[in-house]
Amino acid sequence: MRIKGPRATAVALTLPLLAFIGLSFVAPLGTLLSKSAYDPNVANILPRTLAALDGWSGGGLPAEAAFAAIAEELPKARQARTLVRVAGPVNRLKSGLRRVLARTARQVEKTEYAGSWRAALIGIDPAWQEPDTWLAIQAAGARFTLRHYLQALDLERRPDGDIGLRPEQSRIYVPLLWRTLLVSLGVTLLCLAIGYPIAHLIATSPPKRSNLLLLMVLVPFWTSLLVRTTAWIVLLQRQGVINSLLVSMGITPDGERLELIYNMTGTFTAMTHVLLPFMVLPLYSVMRSIPPTHMAAAASLGANPVQGFLRVYLPQTLPGIGAGGLLVFILAIGYYITPALVGGRSGQLISNMIAYHVQTSLNWGLAAALSSILLVAVIGLYLIYSRLIGIDRVRLS
Amino acid sequence: MNDDRPHIEYIGVRKRYGRSNWVVSDLDLRVRRGEFLTLLGPSGSGKTTCLMMLAGFEAPSAGEIRINGETVDGLPPDKRGIGVVFQNYALFPHMTVGGNLAFPLEVRGMAEPERRERVDQALALVRMEGFADRRPDQLSGGQQQRIAIARALVFEPDLVLMDEPLGALDRRLREELQYEIRRIQQQLGVTVVYVTHDQQEAMAMSDRVAVFRAGRIEQAAAPEVLYEEPQRAFVASFIGENNLLPGRIISINRGVCAVEVNGRQIEASHVGNLPAGAETLVAIRPERVKVTREAGHFANEHEARVEDISFLGDHLRVRLSVCGNSSFIAKIPNIVGHGGILPGDLVNVGWAALDCRALEAESS
Repeated sequence: MRIKGPRATAVALTLPLLAFIGLSFVAPLGTLLSKSAYDPNVANILPRTLAALDGWSGGGLPAEAAFAAIAEELPKARQARTLVRVAGPVNRLKSGLRRVLARTARQVEKTEYAGSWRAALIGIDPAWQEPDTWLAIQAAGARFTLRHYLQALDLERRPDGDIGLRPEQSRIYVPLLWRTLLVSLGVTLLCLAIGYPIAHLIATSPPKRSNLLLLMVLVPFWTSLLVRTTAWIVLLQRQGVINSLLVSMGITPDGERLELIYNMTGTFTAMTHVLLPFMVLPLYSVMRSIPPTHMAAAASLGANPVQGFLRVYLPQTLPGIGAGGLLVFILAIGYYITPALVGGRSGQLISNMIAYHVQTSLNWGLAAALSSILLVAVIGLYLIYSRLIGIDRVRLS
Repeated sequence: MNDDRPHIEYIGVRKRYGRSNWVVSDLDLRVRRGEFLTLLGPSGSGKTTCLMMLAGFEAPSAGEIRINGETVDGLPPDKRGIGVVFQNYALFPHMTVGGNLAFPLEVRGMAEPERRERVDQALALVRMEGFADRRPDQLSGGQQQRIAIARALVFEPDLVLMDEPLGALDRRLREELQYEIRRIQQQLGVTVVYVTHDQQEAMAMSDRVAVFRAGRIEQAAAPEVLYEEPQRAFVASFIGENNLLPGRIISINRGVCAVEVNGRQIEASHVGNLPAGAETLVAIRPERVKVTREAGHFANEHEARVEDISFLGDHLRVRLSVCGNSSFIAKIPNIVGHGGILPGDLVNVGWAALDCRALEAESS
């Protein structure tokens, strides 16, 4: 089928947009997510070593060929300044190997070949006589790997090859994911509890007052996120406005100032405030479309105000509750700046961990795996939601 | 039940919002049981406010409203048991038609089998059997209003209020539903208070019409009385059409007065207690004016010039210059011998003294 005339023009006009979405959204997202399972660095830098290790599976030390290959490839990588790309992933699998690889790469150049690379390497660092070292190199050399996902789900591959839970004290990510989901749910419910009456007030006020109220919702919305978050710091910190007020009124003793920030309370307070407009606006737009005569009709038919609200008003606002809830929840689940600033230690969410792995530990594979799990969780919730409520009933405007 | 006792009484009711002008002032009105009363008036005349105060959605600023002799002051709408039909139907879009009709029965705690029976009866009453499972947005405007009427009746109130229920419908549908509403009201014997700005609708349906103007009742009477014997110029011009000629009363003699209009003299029925010398408006119905070539049949006869003629099917509408007034309208029925009148012709117009009324001149 050929597209002609104005339709072709219309399609052509969307091409820049499609190109933009492809370049700025699909491509980076796809690249990042692919890092969670695909990491060719080690395999590209140590091809011969990995080939020599092929078929070896941890029984005793590998053959001399593997020692010879790594003795050749490590100095090469050092000269090409790519050694760090090997050392990082390997070190994550067995800590201490970063130093071993660096020292070996440096010293093996000065070492004369004396018949056995095996002896030479073990002479440089005794770590080379441990099979675990070679297993770590072999594992890091796999181009396709699920170990980032295993780590993100607090699982590990045991020496016997089975997959099992990590020891309790090193399970980090699954509890963090649960905490993120619960905080997002809590923030969503708080936003609904606070936003519903506000939206109703705005929707039923005379135009002049409703414009003013709407402005009061929107002005914080237009204000920088950082400004709003730091404003909460001013209010909530130990020496902040609220604590000082409570102390000066004698409600709390000076020594027992409330911990309102740098913990979960701070994360909840600031996130609810920041995300509130996303709940109020969809609710408002749905409520405005409900004629005031509906409640009058319900009353004339004998329904008391509570019955009228539950049977007539609330069901008609469900699409708005759905839209607002979905917006707030999805924004909250990926929230980063606010918890980072006011969450302290206990108020951190999964995004903060992802940011840590992207920026500080440089473990992009793990960051990508965590992001993918988050994405899958959001898509899953969305599907459940659309099955339950029907996404076509959600109204944003 | 004592049928002589009024069903509804407004006693000195006034209403204003904040410190604004009175929306309703000094309203005194009684409605008989089983009566169809229409509140008629232009928009902003306070008729809807009167209805909303009766339904309980608004509270009077002063005065009292009684239903069955008991004051309803402070009684919330859900305790009044009054059926209300709104202009926009106010059907609940998230419920089926059956759900809408069952709603007032559910909140009254009625059990399911009886509820279903009542819903079916109500649907039959408005001739909408078989629509119970539809959604309101699948119905036409006329069907939605039938359902809204059924919903206001399903819990068997003895008083139903209707706020311009046909305002959003086209003319044919409106006439059809006027007839239906009247039929249902008479079948059930309920009292209906009906608000409209359409005087034809009011005339067609009502036992009695209360004409509102600026928050006051100008006249409340049966449609025939309002038409034939308007007490005030506003009613004379709002109900049907009237020629209103400004003049001055010269003399009064046993219910008939002589009025001077632009130097001419007109004999008219004397209404109220206007004294001789008072300013007056003489009201003459266009269809009571006889346009002839020859003179000598009526108490009032004047020369007139035909300004223009419109052919409207069943009658000719003729605009004439009479007594210095160039927008005097006469309607000539389209019957044999209505006479070949042309614009510019000089003719005689005549009417009986009984057909014209000297009303109090008022600033409109």
